[in-house]
Amino acid sequence: MSDARTISYREALREAMSEAMEADPRVFIMGEDVGRYGGCYAVTRGMLERFGPERVRDTPLSESGFVGAGIGAALAGTRPIVEVMTVNFSLLALDQIVNNAATLRHMSGGQVSVPLVIRMATGAGKQIAAQHSHSLEVWYAHVPGLKVLAPSTAADALRMIPAALDDPDPTVIFEHVGLYNTEGPAADDAPSVWRAAVRRPGRDVTLVTYGGMLPRTLEAAEALSAVGIAAEVVDLRCLRPLDTETVLASARRTRRLVVVDEGWRTGSLAGEVIAQVSEGAFYELDAAPRRVCTAEVPIPYAQHMEQAALPQVATIVRVAREAVEHG
Amino acid sequence: MRQLTQDHALELLRQMVRIRRFEERAAQLYTQEKIRGFLHLYIGEEAIAVGVMDALNDDDPVFGTYREHGHALVRGVDPGAIMAEMYGKVEGCSRGRGGSMHLFDRSKAFYGGSAIVCGHLPMAVGMALGDKLRGRDRVTACFFGEGAAAEGEFHESLNLAALWGCPVLFCCENNRYAMGTALDRSEAQTDIATKASSYRIPAEKVDGMDVLAVEQAARRAVAAIREGGGPYFLELETYRFRAHSMFDPQLYREKEEVEAWKARDPIDLFSATLRERGWLDDEGMSALEQETEAMIDAAVAFAEAGTWEPVEELARDVYTTVEGE
Repeated sequence: MSDARTISYREALREAMSEAMEADPRVFIMGEDVGRYGGCYAVTRGMLERFGPERVRDTPLSESGFVGAGIGAALAGTRPIVEVMTVNFSLLALDQIVNNAATLRHMSGGQVSVPLVIRMATGAGKQIAAQHSHSLEVWYAHVPGLKVLAPSTAADALRMIPAALDDPDPTVIFEHVGLYNTEGPAADDAPSVWRAAVRRPGRDVTLVTYGGMLPRTLEAAEALSAVGIAAEVVDLRCLRPLDTETVLASARRTRRLVVVDEGWRTGSLAGEVIAQVSEGAFYELDAAPRRVCTAEVPIPYAQHMEQAALPQVATIVRVAREAVEHG
Repeated sequence: MRQLTQDHALELLRQMVRIRRFEERAAQLYTQEKIRGFLHLYIGEEAIAVGVMDALNDDDPVFGTYREHGHALVRGVDPGAIMAEMYGKVEGCSRGRGGSMHLFDRSKAFYGGSAIVCGHLPMAVGMALGDKLRGRDRVTACFFGEGAAAEGEFHESLNLAALWGCPVLFCCENNRYAMGTALDRSEAQTDIATKASSYRIPAEKVDGMDVLAVEQAARRAVAAIREGGGPYFLELETYRFRAHSMFDPQLYREKEEVEAWKARDPIDLFSATLRERGWLDDEGMSALEQETEAMIDAAVAFAEAGTWEPVEELARDVYTTVEGE
């Protein structure tokens, strides 16, 4: 790729959606406050003026209604992008996503596809407490029929929107609230968006992560290098289907695995990654796999308490050192 | 109002009889364990599917509930494919994946068979929104029971359809019981049409046992939708003669009530009208029954001769494409 620009994660999402809408009249966006307000996280700012209210459609506070309408509109041959303010609010639309979007193709014997893109914010760190801050990616990654993407960089944001729109199946995109203001190169050499990417090579331990945990996992890898440990950082990027191959290849090289996951520990994606590596490379590991997850509490408001609940760089460093130094 | 012709009247009767006899056979096959899972019979409510479908164009999308055999038959889904679906055979209209509750036929714009009460209303609104955005002149018909009115998605969907002017024909089949819960035990406001009116949707109550009344109301509604673009709501008052499903001892209603409604059997009522007009006699009725029985025999034979989907295909069609390819 030749795009040498630096761009913010938020701008990348907006640019990718705008380009898709320019290129394909079937694409439209709808969600709460995506139009006149400009988007809860300002992702769609300016798009109403550019594309008009039919294609940048404000919805009432009816998550189940407008997500289901997105499914119907996809069946009618349009390419809807439905924005749900946060993953916590998306629970009001779980019926539509799990019982309809994910089932229709299989249940109809392959007659209908649901080319729907659902974007939602996820994650903590903004002191907005227990009904706006959770990381429930694994709930969606659990469901056959859905595809789940978690862009962790601006370049991924730029590529994942068109990839999801091109895909004939329902795709959920998780945008971490801590990433919207981050900036990065508009292009990189990462593989297909449906594959994991090695973000930093290393030989001593594999750190697997995704989404909003990537920056601090890279920070931890840097700190580990200062004490002579070369950590390899693997970014999952696509949470369903999981790119087990890339993760396994890395774990086999380093022989040690630590998974960093903002989700709660019990039933986490981290648990799934560890299970898959254990199934595929158990006897090639030199240490028990470990995970760094969010404490099993509703995310609190007070900053020191919120941070105490979340995976921190120091914790990642400590757990990675345990894996390397104690096996 | 369109002048009723003998041919058209006999066709309406024929459609109702086809549904009735098809479902009676399905019930027998259920007791023989040819059909398993859930089986929800539409018997008593046939005038609604027949009357409404008659007012639609062939390409108008239809969304139904888990009590949708009748709608599928009237829409023209092949009876053999429906029966094979209930048998779970790969020749079924959903490859045996859906069964009785999930009949699909995209070639007939028949989008299922949905078994989460009210879960298909938002999709119907979206289908109509998609048509509107694409400039397609279609009306999406959405059938559901009165139990759906208790769900939040009912209110969200009506509001969205009215707010955005989506061409949806909402057909509430008010059979008075949500499984075993009577309407007045579940709703503070039992007048469903009034709920629709409160969203500024034109709404009518219709005698759902009178196929002509249903057809006329549906024609009015469809014409209004095609003219104005916005939704229309029909509350079709009816009654389920059989149990909710095959596992229902019907402790929640009196036999006298069932008998009173059976006195208004839509097929009996309409046949009597046709006989009065001199359009139907015993011979005509007997020919209709024979033709229907032959159709059902053929459907059963098709299902019996059907094959099972190879288990190797279990994961086929979870996705349309393999990711990244």
